[in-house]
Parts: sequence; structure tokens; C-alpha cells
Amino acid sequence: MSTSVALDIVGVSKSFGSVIANNNVNLQVRHGEILSVLGENGSGKTTLMNMISGIYFPDKGHIFVDGEEVVIRSPKDAFKYKIGMIHQHFKLVDVFSAAENIVLGINDEKYNIKDVNNRVLEISEKYGFNIDPQKKIYEMSVSEKQTVEIIKVLYRGANILILDEPTAVLTPQEIDKLFAVLKRMRDDGKAIIIITHKLNEVMSVSDRVAVLRKGEHIATVETAQTSENQLTEMMVGKKISLNINRSESLDLDERLVVSGLNCCDEYGVKVLSDVSFSVRGGEIFGIAGIAGSGQRELLEAIAGLQHTDGGEIAFINPDDAERIDLRTKTAAEIRELGVRLSFVPEDRLGMGLVGNMDAVDNMMLRGYEKSHVFVNRVPPKKLADDIIDKLQVVTPGTSTPVRRLSGGNVQKLLVGREMAMAPKVFMAAYPVRGLDINTSYTIYNLLTQQKETGTAVIFVGEDLDVLIDLCDRIMVLDSGKVTGIVDARSTTKEELGRLMVKASSTEENEDITKEGGADDEK
Amino acid sequence: MKNNKDRQETGVSAANAKERPVREPLFHVVKRAQLPLWKSIGIRIVAIVAALLLCGIMCFFLLDINPLTFYKTMIEGSFGTERRLWKLFKDIAVLLCISLAVTPAFKMRFWNIGAEGQVLVGCLATVACMRSLGGILPEPLLIVVMLVAALLAGAIWGLIPAVFKAKWGTNETLFTLMMNYVATYLVAYFLIKWTPNGSSTLGRLEHGHLPKLLDNEYLLTIIVVALLTVAMFIYLKYTKQGYEISVVGESQKTAGYIGINVKTVIIRTMIISGALCGLAGLLIVGALDHSVTTESAGGQGFTAIMVSWLAKFDPFTMVLTAFLIVFLQQGADRISSIFNISNAFPSIITGIILFFIIGCEFFINYKVVFTRREGKK
Repeated sequence: MSTSVALDIVGVSKSFGSVIANNNVNLQVRHGEILSVLGENGSGKTTLMNMISGIYFPDKGHIFVDGEEVVIRSPKDAFKYKIGMIHQHFKLVDVFSAAENIVLGINDEKYNIKDVNNRVLEISEKYGFNIDPQKKIYEMSVSEKQTVEIIKVLYRGANILILDEPTAVLTPQEIDKLFAVLKRMRDDGKAIIIITHKLNEVMSVSDRVAVLRKGEHIATVETAQTSENQLTEMMVGKKISLNINRSESLDLDERLVVSGLNCCDEYGVKVLSDVSFSVRGGEIFGIAGIAGSGQRELLEAIAGLQHTDGGEIAFINPDDAERIDLRTKTAAEIRELGVRLSFVPEDRLGMGLVGNMDAVDNMMLRGYEKSHVFVNRVPPKKLADDIIDKLQVVTPGTSTPVRRLSGGNVQKLLVGREMAMAPKVFMAAYPVRGLDINTSYTIYNLLTQQKETGTAVIFVGEDLDVLIDLCDRIMVLDSGKVTGIVDARSTTKEELGRLMVKASSTEENEDITKEGGADDEK
Repeated sequence: MKNNKDRQETGVSAANAKERPVREPLFHVVKRAQLPLWKSIGIRIVAIVAALLLCGIMCFFLLDINPLTFYKTMIEGSFGTERRLWKLFKDIAVLLCISLAVTPAFKMRFWNIGAEGQVLVGCLATVACMRSLGGILPEPLLIVVMLVAALLAGAIWGLIPAVFKAKWGTNETLFTLMMNYVATYLVAYFLIKWTPNGSSTLGRLEHGHLPKLLDNEYLLTIIVVALLTVAMFIYLKYTKQGYEISVVGESQKTAGYIGINVKTVIIRTMIISGALCGLAGLLIVGALDHSVTTESAGGQGFTAIMVSWLAKFDPFTMVLTAFLIVFLQQGADRISSIFNISNAFPSIITGIILFFIIGCEFFINYKVVFTRREGKK
């Protein structure tokens, strides 16, 4: 059982329009092993997995389950062949309990919630999950929700489990727990495919690694016989340095001083409480924290997009040391005051850029307000050409809608535009999310360049290794509270991980109600 | 599991594919990359031809009309005589005017379905000026007053829902729709008030006729709308306000991020949209009807939405879509009067053709790929 091939993909291809997402991909996963599928963004990992789980149908190729050729036309078919996928974005009903969500959509048995509860507990015990089947989803943390998703597929008898970037939303401690569970499932004979682009996780959890690059299967190797460097090389095609070139911070004066900032979301749930910190010119100030700990609200408050309830956001003009309170100002008022504040928001196409507009019109978002009746498209056109040239943006031209570009190229345009403002404060929220390694390093270098020109750079990141290597100081947020500001050169991942859950572990009860509220808004 | 196998086997025999052990879907749908312009135009032409063929076939089988006679009558409806040709142009102009008026709002994703009401209050305001000031003011001055009144009335009708939307986030679709009814009953009220004999029908008014150019009653309207088309194109594409409208329409979040005051843009755009509807009302009353009824807008406020959407909010393309719709209506009207068929028939024809035109958008955005049988290779 433990050595037989569970899933065999032979020569599968899939294209979307002119984009080839998968080209002749071969992949094998055995019972009783964890296979990592590694690849940069846009390398076709998710497309491949979606074909296995019945969301897409391959243009070409064959899929075998336990040696028999199968046709998977829908998620229902996939379930029939005992394939279960745990998506990155959970698909759960908030007001239902864990058990109710797990049994949802199963038709062929009589609904008896007691039996379901018992079976869920059975499964939890077997693999070491920690879950209360009667707990409602809205009361759960992200990691608990993920557990529900995993149990959901196990409950349906899945033998082949696919996890799409399961660690993106977890703290280091939760990741360890997840990996322990995965290993127990492996020992039980399940075939597990885990998609990720974090190399250290690949090394620590998987038995074999399949590497995809630009839609093609490069190789599948035994984890024990490879190294991070070798995998990186296979993934990007050429050897690149994993070190970020961090210059010493210039140690200039304070540029942005936030003190006692409070903020509630539209439902009255507190998302920032008493946040205080200061950022100096010429440093990269990192902000770490689990997704949804108030990072977005904080940056938007500084940019004049978020209503706040008390506190101060002071911008100190480096030219004349004038102190301007930005807290009550709108984005337009901040601009009119001459405060050059750049902001690369998390939602690139929904906020930073307009997806349906071309590069020129997107460049014009900054600076169009200076025109009177007619807009002048000459300077933005020149800027677009400059950015495309300097940052090597791959695009058919400046008149292509930017949503047609790949994530990395979109981000280059956005970052390029924000840098062209010659900012005094530069804020970036998850600027490398979803980008391949090469583009990520381009972005890191651009941030470092900004820092070297004396700009105060605020970087919200999720990869702790990068935060530690890139930033000068790191502030950790948890549930809207500052749990610590540390020196990036002397801190460790473990310390950051502890700070990321500090507030929640000390005030557990209060926190649960908060998270419940935070989920409701989605 | 056993069940599955059975199903698969029957599937194989049904598909009659010996080489393939398994069943595949017959076809699947794939999103297209950008289609070259000529191809997308080609698909649209094919759709229109197919729709016309279907209409012809329907006529033949349901009504026993020779399809060729059908098409001939249809074309005659618009192009048969010089008068019909002018009427075609006039109808296009009025419809186009309202379409242009709703376009900035739609481009901003403000679902203004209140053009009908905005046109109607424009008509009403014009008539009110003609009635109360006709003969008192000199004609040129009267026309200026009429123009101002019509623009103002339309603008107010557009402004009210916009303010509510901007301040309290009310649903503009319902709001503008309701404003249509208010406008209709307002007209009905004034008609009763103005016609003491109780007929509720206002005759042709003598004063305040817009000038006839080259002795043609339609020419002025056509020229005004032609200029408006160009102006709207420039406004949307090359002005700062047009750019703001696009940004707000595409993403209010981006607009906020960049410092555009979304509320101001919504209110300003609806004033423009309403005022242009008011202008359409002025043209309908001042240049064409010289009177008002509750049917003065005649549903064109709604048809205009279709014209604008079909043209993807491009003013010049709207000339074509307006032509298409007016041509269809006149052709179908002609058919139903010549062959003495129910007057529901024009609506059926128009419906079929629009169904094809809108349906063909699917084939422009997606392609259908049939699964190749290996035997055919």
C-alpha cells in the first residue's frame, strides 16, 4: 500500500487563451508520501491542482487514480475518486458549526448530527487535530478553519489530499502543528500534495519535491537528496543569490510619528488600539503580524483612507521640521499639503491601479489632478515607458489594460509609479505577495534604494525571513495592538512568531469575540 | 464504486470511441485572449444575419409571408421614401441624445434608469415656458429661457437620486426608477390643470418653436445631437472630469486612494446626465412635438440604456447601435401595418435580433472547443 502510485498525471496540458498554463506535465504521487509542488507564481501549480480536483478540464493528457484512467469533470467527480482539495480561501458557512460544515453537501447518508460529531472526533483523534465539532465557524481562528477544511475532505474518505498554500495564513507555531498532522496522515497511507513556495517548509515536511517552471514539469526529486539552493535553481532556472543587500540605515530624523492611534471598522469592532511608533527617514520599518491584525487599517489610516478615533499621525517635514498632523486629513488634503506619501496597497488592481485601464492612464492616477480641463497624456506616457524600460516590465505595450499583465508586471508598474513621486514616506503592503523570486528581489532592491535616498520606508510583509533580512526595525502587530518593536539585525523568527500571537494568548476570551466580528465583515 | 464503472461503460458505448477507455465532455468553453477587431466585428455581423434569417423563417412559417418580401418591407420601413429617411435620422438623433446623456452615469457605474423621467421633466419644463411666456417674451429670448428651464429640470431630476446615493448610499436603480413615475404623474397633473375642458390633451403650442434649418423641421435636432456626440466623446476621453468618471466607475477604492472625491463626482456627473436628458426633452418638445403628453419620452429613456451598453459606452459606436435599434423598430412597424399583423410583432422581431446581438458577445469573449476524437486525427 505504501509504495503504490495513488495519482499519476501523464502529459497534461492546459491553456487559457494564448497563455499556456501547463504544458505536458507529468506528476506522480504515491500512497504514504508527502509531495511538495514547488514553483514560482504563474508556474502553473494551481492550474494543475485545479485540474485534478475537477475545477478545470485539461486540454490534453491523462489522469490515473490507482492505476485506472479517470475523467474528472467536476469537483464531484474528484470526490468520487477520493481526491480532496483544501483551497487557500476557505469555503465554509460562518454560522454553521464545524460538523455542520463538514457534512454539508453529502447526500447519500441520513443526516444525524450526533453521528457526525462522533465521526469528526474520531478523525480528529486519529490524526491529532484539535477541534470541537460543535464550535461555530465564526468563533474560529484561521488555523481552526483550516482544520475544518481538512477534516471535511477526510470525512468524505479522501485518500489523496491537495493543500494549496496551507501555511500562508498561519503562524510558525501553527505551521509546526499542521505539519505534524500531515505526517500522521502520511503514515496512515494517504497521498498528500502540498503546494507552496516556501523552501524551508518544503525541506521540513515533504518526502519528494516536484518542481514546475513556466508551466512545465522540471523534475521530481527526493527531498533528502536535494538542497534549498538546488531547488531554487530548478525553480527559477538560473542561480540567484538569496541574500538581500541591506545597507546600514542612515539614522536620520524621525519622519512619521504615530501615537495612540485607535480605529474601528465599519461594524464598530476595534481594529487598531493605541498604536504608537515612529519611523525615521532612511530606514525600512517592517510590520509583521498574522494577516488581519490591523496592518491594512494602519497603512490606510496614514494614507488618509481610513477613519480613525483619536491619536496622532504626525509627518515631520525634513526640509523645515514642520510637524503636520495627517490623522484627520483625507488623501486629497494630504496631497495638497505637499506631503509626498507613496502607498503601494495590498490590493494592487482593486486599489493601487485600475485593471481595465492601460499603463498610461494608470500612471496618470498620480498627477492628473494638476491638469485643468483636459488631461495631458504625454508625461504619464513617458513615465510608463520609463518604468517598462527600467524595471523590465513585460507588456505588449502601454495601451494594454494592466489586468492582462502578470502579477509581477502589474506590481512593477505600481511600485514604479509610486517611486516616481520622489516620496518622503513610502508604504508598501505585501508588495511581493504572489510574485516570483526574481521580481520579489527587484522589489526588495527598489525598497532599499528608496531607503538609501533618505525616504522613510514602511514595509508590511508576511515572510519572516525576508522581514529579518530586509528591514532595520520590525514592529509586530497582533489583533490591532503593538506587541513589540525589535531590531531586525538581532531578532529571530521564533521571537517574531511569539510576538505575533502575544496579545491573543494573554487575552484569549476577548480575542475570540474579536475574530468572530472580523469574520463577519467578510 | 461499482455504479461508477457501469456508468463509465455505458458512456463508452454511447460515445462510440473504441480507442478511448473513458468518456470526455463533448466540448468545453475557453476564455479567449483578445480577439482581432475584424473578427469581433465579423462575429457580430454573422449574428445579425443569423437573426434576420430566423425572423424571415419565422415569418414564412407562422405568418405565411415570403421572407424576401419581409426583408424588403423591413428596409422600406426606414429607407422607402425621403420622408421616412428623415424620420429615421430624427429618431436616431433623439434616441442617441438620451443615450449620450445616460452614458457618463453608466460609465461611472451609476445605474441611472431614470432617463425616461429626466427627459419628461425636460419636456414639461419646456412646455411650461412655452405656455406661460409665449407671446410675452420675444421668440429668441423665449428659446433661451426654455433651454435653461429644460436643462435645469433634467439636472434636478438627476441630482436628487445622486445626492441621496452620495450622502446615504441609497440604491440609485430603485430611486431613479421611482423618479420616472413621479415625472409621469407630474405631467399628468399639469395636463389636467392646463386643459380645463378635461380632455387632458394639450394641442400644439404656437410659441417657442426651435428654428427650422433649411426649412427642414428635423435638421436642427440632428445637428445638435451630432455635435453632442463629438462633445461627449471628447468629454469622456480627454477631460479631467471624464477621467475621474472612469476611475470612479472602475473602482471607487482606487478613486479614494488617489484622492478623488467620489461623492462630488457622482453628483456632478448626474447633474450632467440629467441636464442632457433635459436637452432631449427640449428637442422633443421645442423642435418636434410642440406639445407634451405622459408618453413624450415614449420609453426611449429605457431603450437608450441598451444603446449605450451595446456600444460599450463609446459615443461613436452609439450612432450605429441607435441606428440599428431605430431601423429595427421602424422596419417591424412597417411590416405589422402592411401585413396587418398584431403590433406585438415588432417587439418580437426586435427581441430576437437583440438576443442574437447580445448573445454573440459570448462568442467574442469565449470560444467553444470540441473534444477531438482520436480517430479523426
